[in-house]
Amino acid sequence: MKQYNFLTGTYQNPAKRLVSAFWQKFHIDLSLLMLVLILSVMGLFILYSASTENWSVVNRQIIRLLLGLTIMIALAQIPPRKYYQWTPWLFGMGITSLVAVLIVGTISKGAQRWLDVGLFRLQPSEIMKLAVPMMVAYFLNNKILPPSKQAIFLGSLMFLIPALLTAKQPDLGTALIITCAGFCVLLLAGINWSLVGITGLISVVGSPILWHFLHAYQRQRVLTFLNPERDPLGVGYHIIQSKIAIGSGGVFGKGWLNGTQSHLQFLPEHATDFIFAVCGEELGLIGCIILLSIFLTITARCLYISTQAQNTYTRLLAGSLALTFFFSFFVNIGMVIGILPVVGLPLPLVSYGGTSLVTLMASFGIIMSIHTHRKLLGS
Amino acid sequence: MPKRLTLKDYFSESQLFNRRIITSTLLVSLLALSLIIRFVYLQVIEHKRYIILSHHNQVTLLPIAPNRGLIYDRHGVLLAENLPVFSLEIIPDHVKDPKETITQLKKIINISNDDIEQFYKSIKQHRPFEPIPLKLKLTEEEVASFYVNQYHFPGVVVNARLIRHYLMGSALSNVTGYVGRINAEDLRHIDTANYGDTNFIGKVGIEKYYENELHGKVGYQQAEVDAGGHIFRVLKRIPPIPGDDLYLTIDSRLQIAAIKALGKERGAIVAIQPKTGQVLALVSHPSYDPNLFVTGINAKDYQKLQNSPAKPLYNRAIRGRFPSASTIKPFFALEGLDSHIITPNTTIKDPGWFKLPNNNHIYHDWKPGGHGLVNVSKGLIVSCDTFFYQLAVNLGITRMVDILNRFGFGRVTSIDLAEEMPGLVPNPTWKRGALGTSWYTGDTIILGIGQGFMLTTPLELANATATLANRGQHFKPELMLSLKHPDATETQTEPLLKDSVMLNNNQAWGVVIDAMQKVITSTLPWGTGYSFGRNPAYTIAAKTGTGQVYSFARNHVAQDQLPKHLRDHSLFIAFAPVENPEIALAVIVENSPIAPIVARKVMDYYLITEKNQIEAP
Repeated sequence: MKQYNFLTGTYQNPAKRLVSAFWQKFHIDLSLLMLVLILSVMGLFILYSASTENWSVVNRQIIRLLLGLTIMIALAQIPPRKYYQWTPWLFGMGITSLVAVLIVGTISKGAQRWLDVGLFRLQPSEIMKLAVPMMVAYFLNNKILPPSKQAIFLGSLMFLIPALLTAKQPDLGTALIITCAGFCVLLLAGINWSLVGITGLISVVGSPILWHFLHAYQRQRVLTFLNPERDPLGVGYHIIQSKIAIGSGGVFGKGWLNGTQSHLQFLPEHATDFIFAVCGEELGLIGCIILLSIFLTITARCLYISTQAQNTYTRLLAGSLALTFFFSFFVNIGMVIGILPVVGLPLPLVSYGGTSLVTLMASFGIIMSIHTHRKLLGS
Repeated sequence: MPKRLTLKDYFSESQLFNRRIITSTLLVSLLALSLIIRFVYLQVIEHKRYIILSHHNQVTLLPIAPNRGLIYDRHGVLLAENLPVFSLEIIPDHVKDPKETITQLKKIINISNDDIEQFYKSIKQHRPFEPIPLKLKLTEEEVASFYVNQYHFPGVVVNARLIRHYLMGSALSNVTGYVGRINAEDLRHIDTANYGDTNFIGKVGIEKYYENELHGKVGYQQAEVDAGGHIFRVLKRIPPIPGDDLYLTIDSRLQIAAIKALGKERGAIVAIQPKTGQVLALVSHPSYDPNLFVTGINAKDYQKLQNSPAKPLYNRAIRGRFPSASTIKPFFALEGLDSHIITPNTTIKDPGWFKLPNNNHIYHDWKPGGHGLVNVSKGLIVSCDTFFYQLAVNLGITRMVDILNRFGFGRVTSIDLAEEMPGLVPNPTWKRGALGTSWYTGDTIILGIGQGFMLTTPLELANATATLANRGQHFKPELMLSLKHPDATETQTEPLLKDSVMLNNNQAWGVVIDAMQKVITSTLPWGTGYSFGRNPAYTIAAKTGTGQVYSFARNHVAQDQLPKHLRDHSLFIAFAPVENPEIALAVIVENSPIAPIVARKVMDYYLITEKNQIEAP
């Protein structure tokens, strides 16, 4: 018998209510979970081909994905108010670890990204990907929005300082993500668009100064992006080859496992940063659009969740994480198809690799937590 | 006016947020659209072009290695050349399973495990379609057996390559250094695009110092290649620019003569042309054969070189730090005369020892019984320690350190070799920092005869001797005479005059140099340079030195009763001819007294034999 729901004014199937109650109890947002699983599975198929049918690579990725899913579900259980309370501590720890990494790095004179903490390796820049938007959201939570100039300034410091520390490691890719995450919080909090415009202008004008701070290999990458023919046998090779791979896929692709493997055999990047090229070559335009759609749907779902959130902190956090997710796959795909310079950011959930996968799943877990802990009247 | 209290307007804030989300969604959609447009561009519009490119007949860009510049000596004698060899190479991009391929190749060609290890290391450092050498230097038979079986091995080629070869072997290795295979460390410091298809890079010595000039610039050919990696059509060729040929200041015949003069003994000889600073010879003996290092020396041979007690890998000429011993006395004599602390007539009585007033410590002269009445001239001729002990006390450490620094002791000469090390000029500050104790007068006293903490390298000594020969003018030591560019133009190195020594009392030069001439010629008293030999065919100024290795109470044990490694070193500095010096020399022979004899042979060769050869029709 259909039940009448007095709040929403609709009838509802009791079975459906039981099911949704089940997922609600475990604080899992079903749609998001499904989308993540679909993306992961599609990613595994592409990875299998990119790794030249190497089972051990795929197995390792499956284990990582399972670990990530576990973390996602675990984090979804934690109510958002706890995240709110922990934010300043997390942020403080993150900054301290970043500084520690730099100090240790200067001592051992190497590029240092992690601290060996006995049992496991701690990569502070990864933690900052979550801690920074949390901190900025925390900061703006009880401020008047749109934020005052003072609030904007302080908020900017909160993401610029960790970003600079990360960029010094040097890890330009993660630094960009951190900047994006922090900036998106400010954006969604309502900073004036003209301010955004001015910042954009300043960064364009100030790019010669930025040029000075880039390492030699980073400069090479930008120069090669502008003219791949300049270093046809180095970084330019990647871009040229990936365009050929994608372009030769046509509308329907060459078919799964039928890519020109001989090109990929000695380029491990083809299982990591450039894996989208495999999708383009084997699954064609159709495959690319499908993959892009899944990414976009996840983004849309997360943005929707952010509109349904009930306080400033959760709204800003969820929205920023959603936009940052978009940014990270947009930059990767853009790099592979040749409209952006090579930055060294992996394709989320598809590229072979562990650390960013875990952080990403964690962010989905936080988003799920935000969505499923809402206080709904009468349900 | 009090600030108005504003409360958070939750409703309008959530409206603001929603507006922002809508704007962001629009932005996201636009960016996503741009991606899709690009997809369509690549996969529909340009599809045909990319399909062709990805075909079996691919167009690849192959780098062409530039020819490395040759190295000659100052007279045009070839020292380092590039010899063609056949090498067996694999193109990783065209080979499905390199391990299997190598296993199969081993059946027809002898490939060592070292080669295979090196091959795998090199793969990581190159692009996938660059051929990686598996075995350099194939014999003609091996080339033939490979070609007969070539169709079994797609992606494997035999390439003609150029390998560096050093014609003089160990005679010039400590100047030229050697090239070796490029490794991960090297890759960090070079423009990898310019080193495509090059496997070798200067590791040590001139080869390393002038790597940029010698290497040249890489070229490219754009070619259609089939699945086997064979070029069947070259579309475009940008020729490489070969490296510059380098002419050294070294006179290789003099170098060889100097090595011969050392014979079985270990030591170093540095010869500089005083009026230009050009280094005529730079010898460290024994040395090593650089040809062993070019293709990669095997671990066993390397261990042998490393562990040899004669230390052939150690470049004594620029890194060996020895006490200067008595060879330092002329410089202190100059300072003494220049600052008027002594005059040419200042005389002391030398009983064979020296003592400070109010102190019981005895400093011995090398001659028991002493030299009697000694002035500065006689002090240099007989190398009287007592005179210079007294002089040191009168000069004081500050003056002594100053004159040494002005002659270039204690710092690098900036010669064009990266491996140069400076000597050590001790002073109170240094001693406090390095040893934690204060400076004693005794330290000053023994510094006066070049003992104690002071250390010098053969190059530094020769450099100072050249300055002395020029009566103060100093030219920076140079190893590069000129560069010959591929377009046949030449760049000559100009002698660089810098850090000359100015004296207030220019008479001092004459007094010291005159005395140094008598070191060789004087019979009453015997100059310490008597073993240089009588009647050289040129005027020469010199100073001897004895570096004590094993000292104990002054009951002089005859040197030949000591085991070899405990015998004194002998040092010798000289320049000739005195009036217009053409060569300034520093010789250090370890555990042997023959430095003056060695110097005689070197001087005779340069000033007599070579001159005759050049003048002979």
